Amino acid sequence: MPTPLTETLSTLYRDESRRVLATLIRLLGDFDLAEEALHEAFRIAMEQWPRDGVPANPRAWLVSTGRFKAIDNLRRQARFDSLEHHAEQLAALSADEADADSVEDDRLRLIFTCCHPALGADAQVALTLREICDLSTEDIARAFLTTPSTVAQRIVRAKSKIRDAGIPYEVPSRNELPERLDAVLRVIYLVFNEGYFASSGDSLTRSHLSSEAIRLGRLLLELLPEAEVMGLLALMLLNEARRPARLSPSGEPVLLSDQDRSLWLTDLISEGDTLVLQALRSRQFGVYTLQAAIAAVHAEAAHSEATDWPQIVGLYDALLQAAPSPVVALNRAVAVAMVSGPQAALAQVQALAAGDLADYHLAHAAEADLHRRLGDNAAARAAYERALKLAQQGPDRQFLEGRLRELSAL
Amino acid sequence: MKYLCLVYSNEQELHTQPDSPKDDECFAYAQAVQESGRMLAAEALHPVETATTVRMRGGKLSITDGPFAETKEQLAGFYLIEARDLNEAIQIGAKIPAARVGCVEVRPVRELDV
Repeated sequence: MPTPLTETLSTLYRDESRRVLATLIRLLGDFDLAEEALHEAFRIAMEQWPRDGVPANPRAWLVSTGRFKAIDNLRRQARFDSLEHHAEQLAALSADEADADSVEDDRLRLIFTCCHPALGADAQVALTLREICDLSTEDIARAFLTTPSTVAQRIVRAKSKIRDAGIPYEVPSRNELPERLDAVLRVIYLVFNEGYFASSGDSLTRSHLSSEAIRLGRLLLELLPEAEVMGLLALMLLNEARRPARLSPSGEPVLLSDQDRSLWLTDLISEGDTLVLQALRSRQFGVYTLQAAIAAVHAEAAHSEATDWPQIVGLYDALLQAAPSPVVALNRAVAVAMVSGPQAALAQVQALAAGDLADYHLAHAAEADLHRRLGDNAAARAAYERALKLAQQGPDRQFLEGRLRELSAL
Repeated sequence: MKYLCLVYSNEQELHTQPDSPKDDECFAYAQAVQESGRMLAAEALHPVETATTVRMRGGKLSITDGPFAETKEQLAGFYLIEARDLNEAIQIGAKIPAARVGCVEVRPVRELDV
C-alpha cells in the first residue's frame, strides 16, 4: 500500500516535474544535465522528506536541490576531465528560481525551444512529447508506429542540435512570433490528437495527452492572446467536450450523428464557443479557428438532424481555400451529402477513396456509408471491407466489423 | 524499464589509448550511477582469452576454449540499469568511460511471459 508521502511525491511529480525541468534547463543550460538533476531532486526528496517533512514550497526545493546536485556532479566529473570551469560558472549563477512568473515563462521557453523551426518536424514532436508531456521514448515510438531507437535518435540529435547550434532558450520576439507560433500550434495539435485518436493499439482514448495539450494551449493563450491560439484552444475544447460520448461502453467509436449529446461537456463547449467568436471577430483567424467554428456548429445542434449543414459546408469551403487537403475535401463532401443527399457526394468521395486517400480507412468507410444510404449493399460491403483492411485500431475495426455484420443481416 | 548496457571494445586498445579510462574513473562512474538509484548490477570482465563456451546438444555437453565468436571488439563489461526510457538509458550508457574508446550497446531487457 502506498504511504501518503509516496502519493504526495507522485502527485508532485505529475504536476510539477515538467515545470521543475523547464526551470532547470534554463538554470543549467543543458537538457541532459537538467533531466539528471530532476531525477536526483526527486530521489533526494524520497530520502529526506520522510525524515524532515515536506518543504513549504516543494517546487522551489526541487529546483534548488536539483541545481545543487547537478553542480556537485559536474565538480565530481571534473576530477577526470576539464569541466571545472563549467561547474564554477554554474555555481556562480544566481537565480530567483521559485518566482512563479518566471517558472511559467520557463515552460513557454521550453515549448518554443522544443518546437524550434531549426529542428525537423519529427524531432519537434518527439522532443515535445518527451520533455513537456513526459512520455517515454517507448510510448512515443508506439504512438507513431516506429522503433524506440529511431525516436531515441531523433531526441538525441535534437538535443545535440539545440546545444551545438546554440538554439536559444527563450520566447521569441514579437516580430518572429507568427511563424514560430505556427510550429508550436502544429505540435500542440498533434499532441492533442495523439491523445484523442491514438494512432494504433487499443488505448484509443488517452485523455492525459489531450488535457496536457489543452493545458499547453491555455498557457500559450495567457501569454499570447492571438486569434489562432484561441482557435486551436477552442478546437481542442470542443473536441474534448465530446469525449464522454465518442466511445461506446465496449470501446467502439460512436459516430457524431449517433452520439448521446446529453453526455457532451457543456462547460467546455461554452468556453470553446466564446473563444471561437472572439477569434472570428479578430479577422486574423486561420485554419484552427475555421475547424473550431465547424466543431462549434455541431456542438450547438441539440441532435444530429438539427445541425446547420449548409453553414458547415460554407466553413469547409473557407477551410479548403485556406488550406486545401484531400481530408478536408472528404469532410466537405460528407457535409454536402447531409445537405443534398448521398448521391450528390458519391462521385467525389469515390474519387478521393480511389485516389489521394486510397490508404485512408475513413475515406472507404465514408464511401461505404453513402452506398449504404443509397441502398447499394454490395458496394457498401466492398467499401467497408477495404476500410477494415486499412484500419489499425481495435475499436475502429470493431466498428467496421459491426457495420459489415449489419449489412449481412439485411 | 531495465536496460543492459554492454560495453564492447578492442581489448588491445581499451587501456592503451590516450583517451582510455583508468580504473578509478570507471569505479567513480559506477558509484555515481549506483547513487542515482539506477544501478542493478555492473561488472568488468577478464579478457576473452579466459572465456569458455559451453553448449548442450542432444544432451551432450560440448566445451570450447575461447569466446563463442571471434570479433574485432570484445565484451569488456556491462551495466544493468533501471531507466525511465531508452533516452535515459542512452544518457547513462554514453557516460560509461569506456564508451570513449569502445562502444556501448544499449538493449532493453525483455520481461519473460510467465
